[in-house]
Amino acid sequence: MKMVIVAGTPGSGKTAVLIHALRNLKQRSLNSAVVKIDCLFTDDGKKFEKIGIPTKVGLAMDMCPDHFAIYNIEDMIDWADENNSEYLIVETAGLCHRCAPYTVNSLGVCVIDATSGPNTPLKVGPFLSTADIAVITKGDMISQAEREIFRERILEVNPHCKVIEANGLSGQGCIELAEEIVKSPEVSLEEEKLRHSAPLAVCTLCVGETKVNKKHHRGILRRIDGFQTYEGE
Amino acid sequence: MIIDKITIIGGYNKKGEKEPVEKIDIIRGEIFGVVGATGSGKSSLIGDIEQLSQSDTFSKRKILVNGEDPSYEDRTNPRKKMVAQLSQNMNFLADMSVGDFLSLHAKCRGASDKCVNAVINLANTLTGEPIRKDHELTILSGGQSRALMVADVAIISDSPIVLIDEIENAGIRKHDALKVLSGHGKIVMVVTHDPVLALMTDRRVVMKRGGMDKVVGTSEAEKSLSIKLNKIDEFMLSLRDKVRHGEVIEDVEMGDLGL
Repeated sequence: MKMVIVAGTPGSGKTAVLIHALRNLKQRSLNSAVVKIDCLFTDDGKKFEKIGIPTKVGLAMDMCPDHFAIYNIEDMIDWADENNSEYLIVETAGLCHRCAPYTVNSLGVCVIDATSGPNTPLKVGPFLSTADIAVITKGDMISQAEREIFRERILEVNPHCKVIEANGLSGQGCIELAEEIVKSPEVSLEEEKLRHSAPLAVCTLCVGETKVNKKHHRGILRRIDGFQTYEGE
Repeated sequence: MIIDKITIIGGYNKKGEKEPVEKIDIIRGEIFGVVGATGSGKSSLIGDIEQLSQSDTFSKRKILVNGEDPSYEDRTNPRKKMVAQLSQNMNFLADMSVGDFLSLHAKCRGASDKCVNAVINLANTLTGEPIRKDHELTILSGGQSRALMVADVAIISDSPIVLIDEIENAGIRKHDALKVLSGHGKIVMVVTHDPVLALMTDRRVVMKRGGMDKVVGTSEAEKSLSIKLNKIDEFMLSLRDKVRHGEVIEDVEMGDLGL
């Protein structure tokens, strides 16, 4: 089983790029299966079904969608096996950028929208800096100069990634992505690890506190002045 | 690197049929037109050339440089990039000043920081209200943005292949802009809906349903018509400037145009 984990901010074009890439795999008689993770609602699943790819939707509801994805990887792999798929594609919800749901042997693909401005690559953290491939979308909406600056910024954050400039509408660049999917390594679940730890977050908010006032909070808390404290027993 | 010719090897149109034009060679110094209805695939063709596609886009076209496959490095590293492109975009989205933006781009392209002032000066010859170094990119008008893009392509992205997508939409002096972009000994491709520009080219490819339908050489009759159209265009431009500056236009005899 080969596993591709696709992260990227909402609306960056993850689904559009994947549709083109997976259609290309299908034309080459390579079987893929998609798990789309989202929070409350998604109809992206239908888009994958439309091109004839087995699709499963997972809604994280009140759980962090990236954590949800990680806990469920084993079930997803089993499900992909049942569908005789050689490639499992996990499309994440893409919310806080702080979690990088890539595992060591998966192909980590970060989809990033060029119109979000040349400072975005500096802001987004592990889901870009630990990716194998950075797919830049919507490049056709900005000038060549802005595109080149954006690309340079991505390589500043992650000098080892392969940059693919793709267009989710025309499919440009998506065959290149399909090629990388085919070349990716096999995963064996026993040894699989995350590339980057999930953020520190064991606090009262994690267990449902809704009051804002400081005195109600316990756990590992980082203050805005940079100090980190542990409140509690 | 000196580029003597690029070759476009045809692929498939939007319907998946083989393109009628199988191969086009474009040589150094040539100005080549791309024409066709909207949605006919003009920008995709330009996109294929910008990426130096190797049958890896949905058109499956292949682009050769000097008759050979370009290397991966040549295709992707902006410092080695052989292609400068002026796209249809009318505005910048980057949230930074004109000066910072140009020095960053100069750095990406491995050009000197001294380019910055040269770009701004050149841009200001093409547009009305002057652009300043400390202006924010996002507040520039459509015309100012395009003028800056043109000057940036001409000076910082000084590449042997120049692709220009619908310069007539820019609201800037299109002939001057074209002259600035199409420096000596370059390969220039112009996407256009404007007969004045289309007839200025040496040849043009006609796009249909996403495919290259045929290549038309500019005939002698078209070349002489092009000179007349240019005169009309200059006349329109002079009128435009007068109206812009608040002048009242007197009646003009069409015979005075010297057609």
